[in-house]
Amino acid sequence: MSELSVNHLLGIKYLNKQDIDLIFETADHFKEVINRPIKKVPSLRDITIANIFFENSTRTKLSFELAQKRLSADVISFSTAQSSVKKGETLIDTVNNILSMKVDMVVMRHANPGAAYFLSQNVKASIINAGDGAHEHPTQGLLDSYSIRERLGEVAGKKVVIVGDILHSRVALSNIYALQMQGAEVKVCGPKTLIPKYIESLGVTVEPNLRKALEWCDVANMLRVQNERMDVNYFPSTREYAQQYGVDKALLNSLNKEIVIMHPGPINRGVEITSDVADSEQSVILDQVENGVAIRMAVIYLLASKIQ
Amino acid sequence: MSQKVLLTSKEVNIILNRLACQLIENHLDFSSTVLIGIQPRGTFLAERLKDLLEKEYNINNIQLGFLDITFFRDDFRSREKQLEANKTQIDFLVENKKVVFIDDVLYTGRSINAALTAVQSFGRPSEIELLVLIDRRFSRHLPIQPDYRGRQVDAFNDEKVKVCWKEKDGEDAVYLN
Repeated sequence: MSELSVNHLLGIKYLNKQDIDLIFETADHFKEVINRPIKKVPSLRDITIANIFFENSTRTKLSFELAQKRLSADVISFSTAQSSVKKGETLIDTVNNILSMKVDMVVMRHANPGAAYFLSQNVKASIINAGDGAHEHPTQGLLDSYSIRERLGEVAGKKVVIVGDILHSRVALSNIYALQMQGAEVKVCGPKTLIPKYIESLGVTVEPNLRKALEWCDVANMLRVQNERMDVNYFPSTREYAQQYGVDKALLNSLNKEIVIMHPGPINRGVEITSDVADSEQSVILDQVENGVAIRMAVIYLLASKIQ
Repeated sequence: MSQKVLLTSKEVNIILNRLACQLIENHLDFSSTVLIGIQPRGTFLAERLKDLLEKEYNINNIQLGFLDITFFRDDFRSREKQLEANKTQIDFLVENKKVVFIDDVLYTGRSINAALTAVQSFGRPSEIELLVLIDRRFSRHLPIQPDYRGRQVDAFNDEKVKVCWKEKDGEDAVYLN
Protein backbone atom coordinates (compact mmCIF):
# COMPACT_ATOMS: atom_id res chain seq x y z
CA MET A 1 0.00 0.00 0.00
CA SER A 2 1.19 3.46 -0.71
CA GLU A 3 1.89 5.66 2.26
CA LEU A 4 1.74 9.38 2.89
CA SER A 5 4.48 11.43 1.31
CA VAL A 6 4.86 13.46 4.51
CA ASN A 7 5.73 12.73 8.14
CA HIS A 8 3.67 15.60 9.52
CA LEU A 9 0.36 17.15 8.53
CA LEU A 10 1.27 20.84 8.52
CA GLY A 11 -0.99 21.98 5.72
CA ILE A 12 -2.75 20.79 2.57
CA LYS A 13 -0.08 22.69 0.64
CA TYR A 14 2.47 20.01 1.56
CA LEU A 15 0.31 17.08 0.39
CA ASN A 16 -0.29 15.73 -3.08
CA LYS A 17 -3.34 14.23 -4.76
CA GLN A 18 -2.30 10.65 -3.91
CA ASP A 19 -2.05 11.59 -0.23
CA ILE A 20 -5.58 12.98 -0.27
CA ASP A 21 -6.92 9.89 -2.06
CA LEU A 22 -5.19 7.64 0.49
CA ILE A 23 -6.59 9.63 3.42
CA PHE A 24 -10.11 9.46 1.95
CA GLU A 25 -9.93 5.71 1.29
CA THR A 26 -8.68 5.11 4.83
CA ALA A 27 -11.40 7.40 6.21
CA ASP A 28 -14.03 5.28 4.38
CA HIS A 29 -12.90 2.29 6.45
CA PHE A 30 -12.92 4.27 9.68
CA LYS A 31 -16.37 5.64 8.93
CA GLU A 32 -17.54 2.03 8.86
CA VAL A 33 -15.71 1.40 12.16
CA ILE A 34 -17.38 4.32 13.95
CA ASN A 35 -20.79 3.04 12.93
CA ARG A 36 -20.21 -0.39 14.50
CA PRO A 37 -21.76 -1.40 17.83
CA ILE A 38 -18.23 -1.21 19.28
CA LYS A 39 -16.62 1.82 17.71
CA LYS A 40 -13.02 1.16 18.58
CA VAL A 41 -9.97 -0.53 17.06
CA PRO A 42 -6.72 -1.35 18.88
CA SER A 43 -4.31 -0.14 16.15
CA LEU A 44 -2.54 2.61 18.11
CA ARG A 45 -2.37 1.08 21.57
CA ASP A 46 1.38 1.77 21.73
CA ILE A 47 1.12 5.43 20.70
CA THR A 48 0.79 8.47 22.95
CA ILE A 49 -0.58 11.69 21.53
CA ALA A 50 -0.55 15.16 23.09
CA ASN A 51 -3.22 17.65 22.11
CA ILE A 52 -1.85 21.12 22.69
CA PHE A 53 -4.33 23.91 22.15
CA PHE A 54 -3.01 27.45 22.50
CA GLU A 55 -6.32 28.73 21.15
CA ASN A 56 -9.90 27.91 22.04
CA SER A 57 -11.60 25.03 20.34
CA THR A 58 -14.57 22.79 21.03
CA ARG A 59 -15.29 20.81 17.92
CA THR A 60 -11.76 20.26 16.66
CA LYS A 61 -10.42 19.30 20.06
CA LEU A 62 -13.26 16.90 20.81
CA SER A 63 -13.04 15.45 17.33
CA PHE A 64 -9.31 14.83 17.62
CA GLU A 65 -9.68 13.32 21.09
CA LEU A 66 -12.45 11.03 19.96
CA ALA A 67 -10.47 9.96 16.89
CA GLN A 68 -7.45 9.16 19.07
CA LYS A 69 -9.51 7.21 21.58
CA ARG A 70 -11.28 5.25 18.85
CA LEU A 71 -7.81 4.19 17.67
CA SER A 72 -6.87 3.20 21.25
CA ALA A 73 -4.05 5.75 21.54
CA ASP A 74 -3.19 7.21 24.93
CA VAL A 75 -4.14 10.86 24.97
CA ILE A 76 -3.03 13.83 27.02
CA SER A 77 -4.71 17.16 26.46
CA PHE A 78 -3.50 20.53 27.40
CA SER A 79 -4.83 24.00 26.90
CA THR A 80 -2.92 27.14 27.70
CA ALA A 81 -5.42 28.52 30.18
CA GLN A 82 -4.04 26.28 32.96
CA SER A 83 -0.43 25.96 31.79
CA SER A 84 3.06 27.30 32.30
CA VAL A 85 2.88 29.10 28.96
CA LYS A 86 1.32 31.84 31.04
CA LYS A 87 4.56 31.93 33.03
CA GLY A 88 6.54 32.73 29.90
CA GLU A 89 7.75 29.31 28.74
CA THR A 90 8.68 29.16 25.04
CA LEU A 91 6.83 26.95 22.58
CA ILE A 92 9.79 24.63 21.98
CA ASP A 93 10.42 24.25 25.72
CA THR A 94 6.78 23.50 26.42
CA VAL A 95 6.59 20.88 23.71
CA ASN A 96 9.96 19.31 24.49
CA ASN A 97 8.93 18.94 28.11
CA ILE A 98 5.81 17.14 26.99
CA LEU A 99 7.82 14.98 24.58
CA SER A 100 10.25 13.92 27.31
CA MET A 101 7.25 12.16 28.82
CA LYS A 102 7.50 9.86 25.76
CA VAL A 103 4.89 11.32 23.50
CA ASP A 104 4.92 10.22 19.85
CA MET A 105 2.63 12.71 18.19
CA VAL A 106 1.54 16.28 18.82
CA VAL A 107 -1.69 17.87 17.64
CA MET A 108 -1.34 21.61 17.98
CA ARG A 109 -3.48 24.69 17.50
CA HIS A 110 -1.69 28.00 17.75
CA ALA A 111 -2.49 31.63 16.97
CA ASN A 112 0.69 32.17 14.95
CA PRO A 113 0.80 31.14 11.28
CA GLY A 114 3.65 28.68 10.75
CA ALA A 115 3.74 27.52 14.39
CA ALA A 116 3.21 23.88 13.37
CA TYR A 117 5.94 24.09 10.72
CA PHE A 118 8.30 25.68 13.24
CA LEU A 119 7.59 22.88 15.69
CA SER A 120 8.14 20.17 13.09
CA GLN A 121 11.61 21.60 12.41
CA ASN A 122 12.58 21.75 16.06
CA VAL A 123 11.14 18.80 17.93
CA LYS A 124 11.19 15.06 17.41
CA ALA A 125 7.57 14.03 17.02
CA SER A 126 4.98 13.75 14.33
CA ILE A 127 3.08 17.05 14.19
CA ILE A 128 -0.52 17.58 13.14
CA ASN A 129 -1.60 21.15 12.60
CA ALA A 130 -5.04 21.74 14.10
CA GLY A 131 -5.05 25.34 12.96
CA ASP A 132 -2.25 27.91 12.92
CA GLY A 133 -3.56 31.46 12.96
CA ALA A 134 -5.04 32.50 9.62
CA HIS A 135 -2.80 30.07 7.73
CA GLU A 136 -4.11 26.50 7.45
CA HIS A 137 -6.48 24.05 9.11
CA PRO A 138 -5.69 20.94 7.08
CA THR A 139 -8.03 18.41 8.71
CA GLN A 140 -10.94 20.81 8.19
CA GLY A 141 -9.97 21.23 4.53
CA LEU A 142 -9.85 17.45 4.15
CA LEU A 143 -13.15 16.78 5.87
CA ASP A 144 -14.90 19.47 3.82
CA SER A 145 -13.71 17.87 0.56
CA TYR A 146 -14.60 14.44 1.93
CA SER A 147 -18.12 15.64 2.72
CA ILE A 148 -18.48 17.02 -0.82
CA ARG A 149 -17.24 13.68 -2.22
CA GLU A 150 -19.75 11.86 -0.04
CA ARG A 151 -22.71 14.04 -1.06
CA LEU A 152 -21.90 14.62 -4.74
CA GLY A 153 -19.89 11.50 -5.61
CA GLU A 154 -16.69 13.29 -6.48
CA VAL A 155 -14.88 16.58 -6.03
CA ALA A 156 -13.35 16.88 -9.49
CA GLY A 157 -15.23 19.29 -11.72
CA LYS A 158 -17.41 20.67 -8.93
CA LYS A 159 -17.86 24.39 -8.40
CA VAL A 160 -17.37 25.58 -4.86
CA VAL A 161 -17.83 29.07 -3.50
CA ILE A 162 -16.35 30.03 -0.15
CA VAL A 163 -18.37 32.85 1.35
CA GLY A 164 -17.48 35.32 4.08
CA ASP A 165 -14.40 36.17 6.05
CA ILE A 166 -11.65 34.83 3.79
CA LEU A 167 -9.03 37.19 5.22
CA HIS A 168 -8.98 35.68 8.71
CA SER A 169 -9.84 32.15 7.71
CA ARG A 170 -7.46 29.19 7.84
CA VAL A 171 -10.37 27.04 6.71
CA ALA A 172 -10.57 29.00 3.45
CA LEU A 173 -6.92 28.49 2.57
CA SER A 174 -6.92 24.76 3.34
CA ASN A 175 -10.14 24.37 1.37
CA ILE A 176 -8.75 26.22 -1.63
CA TYR A 177 -5.64 24.01 -1.74
CA ALA A 178 -7.58 20.78 -1.19
CA LEU A 179 -10.31 21.55 -3.71
CA GLN A 180 -7.94 22.70 -6.44
CA MET A 181 -5.71 19.67 -5.95
CA GLN A 182 -8.74 17.47 -6.61
CA GLY A 183 -9.81 19.38 -9.68
CA ALA A 184 -12.63 21.55 -8.34
CA GLU A 185 -13.18 25.16 -9.33
CA VAL A 186 -13.16 27.69 -6.50
CA LYS A 187 -14.60 31.18 -6.13
CA VAL A 188 -14.58 33.35 -3.05
CA CYS A 189 -17.31 35.79 -2.12
CA GLY A 190 -17.45 38.38 0.63
CA PRO A 191 -17.03 42.05 1.51
CA LYS A 192 -13.98 43.49 -0.23
CA THR A 193 -12.38 44.24 3.13
CA LEU A 194 -12.44 40.54 4.04
CA ILE A 195 -10.96 39.26 0.77
CA PRO A 196 -7.13 39.07 0.81
CA LYS A 197 -5.53 41.34 -1.75
CA TYR A 198 -3.58 38.68 -3.64
CA ILE A 199 -6.14 35.89 -3.43
CA GLU A 200 -6.33 35.63 -7.23
CA SER A 201 -2.71 34.51 -7.35
CA LEU A 202 -3.97 31.22 -5.86
CA GLY A 203 -6.07 30.66 -8.96
CA VAL A 204 -9.43 31.53 -7.43
CA THR A 205 -11.78 34.20 -8.70
CA VAL A 206 -13.59 36.77 -6.62
CA GLU A 207 -17.33 37.26 -6.96
CA PRO A 208 -18.60 40.14 -4.83
CA ASN A 209 -22.28 39.36 -5.45
CA LEU A 210 -23.64 36.53 -3.31
CA ARG A 211 -26.61 35.68 -5.54
CA LYS A 212 -24.39 35.38 -8.63
CA ALA A 213 -21.94 33.24 -6.68
CA LEU A 214 -24.67 30.90 -5.48
CA GLU A 215 -26.16 30.57 -8.95
CA TRP A 216 -22.75 29.54 -10.26
CA CYS A 217 -21.84 26.98 -7.61
CA ASP A 218 -22.65 23.37 -6.64
CA VAL A 219 -21.48 23.86 -3.06
CA ALA A 220 -21.40 26.93 -0.83
CA ASN A 221 -19.07 26.82 2.14
CA MET A 222 -20.26 29.55 4.52
CA LEU A 223 -17.48 30.75 6.80
CA ARG A 224 -17.91 32.27 10.21
CA VAL A 225 -17.24 35.95 10.73
CA GLN A 226 -14.24 35.84 13.06
CA ASN A 227 -14.97 38.78 15.29
CA GLU A 228 -12.19 37.77 17.68
CA ARG A 229 -9.53 38.28 15.00
CA MET A 230 -10.80 41.68 13.87
CA ASP A 231 -8.89 44.61 15.27
CA VAL A 232 -10.85 47.18 13.24
CA ASN A 233 -14.33 47.21 11.71
CA TYR A 234 -14.25 45.44 8.37
CA PHE A 235 -17.93 46.04 7.64
CA PRO A 236 -20.42 48.60 8.95
CA SER A 237 -22.61 46.27 11.02
CA THR A 238 -23.48 42.63 11.53
CA ARG A 239 -26.97 43.39 10.28
CA GLU A 240 -25.63 44.78 7.02
CA TYR A 241 -23.30 41.78 6.63
CA ALA A 242 -26.21 39.38 7.15
CA GLN A 243 -28.28 41.24 4.55
CA GLN A 244 -25.55 41.15 1.91
CA TYR A 245 -23.71 37.91 2.61
CA GLY A 246 -26.09 35.85 4.73
CA VAL A 247 -28.02 32.97 3.17
CA ASP A 248 -31.65 32.43 4.08
CA LYS A 249 -34.19 29.89 2.87
CA ALA A 250 -35.90 32.40 0.54
CA LEU A 251 -32.60 33.02 -1.25
CA LEU A 252 -31.87 29.30 -1.53
CA ASN A 253 -35.35 28.54 -2.88
CA SER A 254 -35.08 31.28 -5.48
CA LEU A 255 -32.00 29.67 -7.08
CA ASN A 256 -32.46 27.64 -10.23
CA LYS A 257 -30.81 24.54 -8.69
CA GLU A 258 -30.27 22.82 -5.38
CA ILE A 259 -26.86 23.56 -3.89
CA VAL A 260 -25.09 21.97 -0.93
CA ILE A 261 -24.56 24.18 2.11
CA MET A 262 -21.51 23.68 4.33
CA HIS A 263 -20.29 25.47 7.44
CA PRO A 264 -17.18 24.63 9.48
CA GLY A 265 -18.85 25.82 12.71
CA PRO A 266 -19.43 27.38 15.11
CA ILE A 267 -22.40 28.97 13.35
CA ASN A 268 -23.47 32.51 14.06
CA ARG A 269 -27.13 31.69 13.38
CA GLY A 270 -28.82 34.53 11.55
CA VAL A 271 -25.52 36.02 10.35
CA GLU A 272 -23.84 33.70 7.80
CA ILE A 273 -26.85 31.41 7.51
CA THR A 274 -30.29 31.37 9.06
CA SER A 275 -31.48 28.49 11.21
CA ASP A 276 -33.83 27.09 8.56
CA VAL A 277 -30.88 26.84 6.15
CA ALA A 278 -28.56 25.28 8.74
CA ASP A 279 -31.15 22.63 9.58
CA SER A 280 -32.34 22.02 6.00
CA GLU A 281 -31.89 18.95 3.80
CA GLN A 282 -29.37 20.84 1.71
CA SER A 283 -27.05 21.38 4.65
CA VAL A 284 -24.30 18.82 5.37
CA ILE A 285 -23.08 20.58 8.51
CA LEU A 286 -23.62 17.64 10.85
CA ASP A 287 -22.21 15.19 8.28
CA GLN A 288 -19.09 17.35 8.30
CA VAL A 289 -18.78 16.81 12.05
CA GLU A 290 -19.17 13.02 11.74
CA ASN A 291 -16.74 12.89 8.83
CA GLY A 292 -14.31 14.95 10.90
CA VAL A 293 -13.76 12.04 13.27
CA ALA A 294 -13.21 9.55 10.41
CA ILE A 295 -10.81 11.91 8.61
CA ARG A 296 -8.82 12.57 11.77
CA MET A 297 -8.64 8.84 12.51
CA ALA A 298 -7.28 8.29 9.00
CA VAL A 299 -4.69 11.06 9.29
CA ILE A 300 -3.50 9.92 12.72
CA TYR A 301 -3.42 6.26 11.64
CA LEU A 302 -1.44 6.98 8.48
CA LEU A 303 1.05 9.26 10.23
CA ALA A 304 1.46 6.82 13.15
CA SER A 305 2.37 4.07 10.72
CA LYS A 306 5.40 6.16 9.73
CA ILE A 307 6.69 6.58 13.29
CA GLN A 308 9.64 4.28 13.86
CA MET B 1 12.18 -19.38 -9.08
CA SER B 2 10.82 -22.90 -9.10
CA GLN B 3 7.16 -23.31 -8.49
CA LYS B 4 5.55 -26.47 -7.21
CA VAL B 5 1.88 -27.24 -7.72
CA LEU B 6 0.25 -28.19 -4.45
CA LEU B 7 -3.30 -28.45 -5.71
CA THR B 8 -4.73 -28.48 -9.20
CA SER B 9 -8.07 -27.07 -10.22
CA LYS B 10 -9.68 -30.52 -9.98
CA GLU B 11 -8.28 -31.10 -6.50
CA VAL B 12 -9.44 -27.66 -5.32
CA ASN B 13 -12.93 -28.55 -6.53
CA ILE B 14 -12.99 -31.87 -4.69
CA ILE B 15 -11.75 -30.22 -1.52
CA LEU B 16 -14.36 -27.46 -1.73
CA ASN B 17 -17.09 -30.10 -1.97
CA ARG B 18 -15.70 -31.98 1.00
CA LEU B 19 -15.44 -28.81 3.09
CA ALA B 20 -19.03 -27.92 2.18
CA CYS B 21 -20.20 -31.37 3.29
CA GLN B 22 -18.26 -31.12 6.54
CA LEU B 23 -19.90 -27.75 7.22
CA ILE B 24 -23.35 -29.25 6.59
CA GLU B 25 -22.57 -32.13 8.93
CA ASN B 26 -21.98 -29.68 11.79
CA HIS B 27 -24.36 -26.87 10.93
CA LEU B 28 -27.26 -28.61 9.11
CA ASP B 29 -29.48 -25.80 7.79
CA PHE B 30 -27.19 -22.94 8.89
CA SER B 31 -30.08 -21.25 10.71
CA SER B 32 -27.88 -20.08 13.56
CA THR B 33 -24.58 -20.11 11.69
CA VAL B 34 -22.86 -17.25 9.89
CA LEU B 35 -19.87 -17.46 7.56
CA ILE B 36 -17.21 -14.77 7.77
CA GLY B 37 -14.51 -14.49 5.12
CA ILE B 38 -11.29 -12.90 6.34
CA GLN B 39 -10.12 -10.05 4.10
CA PRO B 40 -8.41 -9.87 1.72
CA ARG B 41 -8.09 -13.41 0.35
CA GLY B 42 -10.40 -15.48 2.51
CA THR B 43 -13.36 -13.82 0.85
CA PHE B 44 -12.97 -15.82 -2.39
CA LEU B 45 -13.08 -19.13 -0.55
CA ALA B 46 -16.06 -17.93 1.50
CA GLU B 47 -18.00 -16.86 -1.61
CA ARG B 48 -17.22 -20.18 -3.29
CA LEU B 49 -18.41 -22.21 -0.34
CA LYS B 50 -21.61 -20.19 -0.04
CA ASP B 51 -22.25 -20.66 -3.73
CA LEU B 52 -21.63 -24.39 -3.49
CA LEU B 53 -23.85 -24.82 -0.42
CA GLU B 54 -26.69 -22.98 -2.12
CA LYS B 55 -26.48 -24.50 -5.59
CA GLU B 56 -25.31 -28.05 -4.96
CA TYR B 57 -26.76 -28.71 -1.54
CA ASN B 58 -29.87 -26.51 -1.66
CA ILE B 59 -29.21 -24.64 1.55
CA ASN B 60 -30.66 -21.16 1.35
CA ASN B 61 -30.36 -18.00 3.40
CA ILE B 62 -26.71 -18.46 4.28
CA GLN B 63 -25.43 -15.31 5.94
CA LEU B 64 -22.00 -14.30 4.69
CA GLY B 65 -19.89 -11.37 5.86
CA PHE B 66 -16.38 -10.09 5.29
CA LEU B 67 -14.09 -9.03 8.09
CA ASP B 68 -11.06 -6.79 7.68
CA ILE B 69 -8.48 -7.19 10.42
CA THR B 70 -5.96 -4.51 9.39
CA PHE B 71 -6.70 -2.22 12.35
CA PHE B 72 -6.56 -5.16 14.77
CA ARG B 73 -3.18 -6.57 13.78
CA ASP B 74 -0.44 -6.77 16.41
CA ASP B 75 2.31 -6.09 13.89
CA PHE B 76 1.05 -2.68 12.78
CA ARG B 77 4.07 -0.34 12.49
CA SER B 78 6.57 -3.18 12.82
CA ARG B 79 6.07 -4.21 9.19
CA GLU B 80 8.12 -2.67 6.44
CA LYS B 81 5.19 -2.19 4.14
CA GLN B 82 2.09 -0.41 5.29
CA LEU B 83 -0.96 -2.63 5.40
CA GLU B 84 -3.83 -1.92 3.10
CA ALA B 85 -7.23 -1.88 4.73
CA ASN B 86 -10.15 -3.63 3.07
CA LYS B 87 -13.87 -3.38 3.41
CA THR B 88 -15.58 -4.94 6.38
CA GLN B 89 -19.12 -5.88 5.54
CA ILE B 90 -21.09 -7.61 8.23
CA ASP B 91 -24.77 -6.73 7.85
CA PHE B 92 -25.99 -8.94 10.68
CA LEU B 93 -25.40 -9.35 14.38
CA VAL B 94 -23.14 -12.21 15.41
CA GLU B 95 -24.60 -12.23 18.93
CA ASN B 96 -25.23 -15.86 19.97
CA LYS B 97 -24.48 -17.11 16.47
CA LYS B 98 -22.08 -19.86 15.49
CA VAL B 99 -19.40 -18.10 13.48
CA VAL B 100 -17.20 -19.87 10.94
CA PHE B 101 -14.08 -17.90 9.98
CA ILE B 102 -12.94 -18.71 6.47
CA ASP B 103 -9.40 -18.00 5.24
CA ASP B 104 -7.21 -19.32 2.46
CA VAL B 105 -3.99 -20.08 4.35
CA LEU B 106 -3.37 -20.61 8.06
CA TYR B 107 0.26 -19.82 8.82
CA THR B 108 1.36 -18.13 12.06
CA GLY B 109 -2.18 -17.76 13.42
CA ARG B 110 -1.79 -14.03 13.98
CA SER B 111 -4.45 -13.05 11.44
CA ILE B 112 -6.95 -15.34 13.12
CA ASN B 113 -5.93 -13.95 16.51
CA ALA B 114 -6.70 -10.45 15.21
CA ALA B 115 -9.97 -11.68 13.70
CA LEU B 116 -11.04 -13.11 17.06
CA THR B 117 -10.65 -9.64 18.57
CA ALA B 118 -12.17 -7.83 15.60
CA VAL B 119 -15.35 -9.89 15.48
CA GLN B 120 -16.18 -8.86 19.04
CA SER B 121 -17.09 -5.42 17.66
CA PHE B 122 -20.14 -7.09 16.14
CA GLY B 123 -21.36 -8.96 19.22
CA ARG B 124 -20.58 -12.10 21.23
CA PRO B 125 -20.77 -15.24 19.12
CA SER B 126 -21.82 -18.46 20.86
CA GLU B 127 -18.87 -20.22 19.26
CA ILE B 128 -16.26 -19.63 16.60
CA GLU B 129 -14.82 -22.22 14.21
CA LEU B 130 -12.06 -21.92 11.66
CA LEU B 131 -12.03 -23.24 8.11
CA VAL B 132 -8.92 -22.96 5.94
CA LEU B 133 -7.97 -24.28 2.53
CA ILE B 134 -4.28 -24.68 3.36
CA ASP B 135 -2.91 -25.40 6.82
CA ARG B 136 0.85 -24.83 7.03
CA ARG B 137 2.00 -27.22 9.71
CA PHE B 138 4.70 -26.49 12.30
CA SER B 139 4.70 -22.74 11.70
CA ARG B 140 2.24 -21.50 14.28
CA HIS B 141 3.14 -18.66 16.68
CA LEU B 142 -0.07 -19.09 18.64
CA PRO B 143 -2.18 -22.02 19.86
CA ILE B 144 -4.68 -21.79 16.98
CA GLN B 145 -5.78 -24.81 14.91
CA PRO B 146 -8.37 -25.14 12.16
CA ASP B 147 -11.63 -27.07 12.62
CA TYR B 148 -11.86 -27.75 8.88
CA ARG B 149 -8.83 -27.98 6.63
CA GLY B 150 -8.51 -28.51 2.91
CA ARG B 151 -4.92 -29.71 2.79
CA GLN B 152 -2.12 -29.76 5.29
CA VAL B 153 1.29 -28.80 3.92
CA ASP B 154 4.81 -28.63 5.28
CA ALA B 155 6.72 -25.64 4.00
CA PHE B 156 9.87 -23.80 4.98
CA ASN B 157 9.42 -20.35 6.42
CA ASP B 158 10.92 -18.65 3.39
CA GLU B 159 8.55 -20.47 1.06
CA LYS B 160 5.28 -18.90 0.09
CA VAL B 161 1.99 -20.66 -0.43
CA LYS B 162 -0.05 -18.95 -3.10
CA VAL B 163 -3.72 -19.70 -3.52
CA CYS B 164 -5.15 -18.69 -6.90
CA TRP B 165 -8.85 -18.25 -7.63
CA LYS B 166 -10.53 -18.31 -11.01
CA GLU B 167 -12.36 -15.03 -10.40
CA LYS B 168 -9.18 -13.18 -9.39
CA ASP B 169 -6.19 -14.98 -10.91
CA GLY B 170 -7.76 -16.83 -13.83
CA GLU B 171 -7.43 -20.37 -12.44
CA ASP B 172 -8.08 -22.42 -9.33
CA ALA B 173 -4.76 -23.74 -8.03
CA VAL B 174 -2.37 -23.68 -5.10
CA TYR B 175 1.34 -23.18 -5.61
CA LEU B 176 4.41 -23.34 -3.42
CA ASN B 177 7.02 -20.73 -4.37
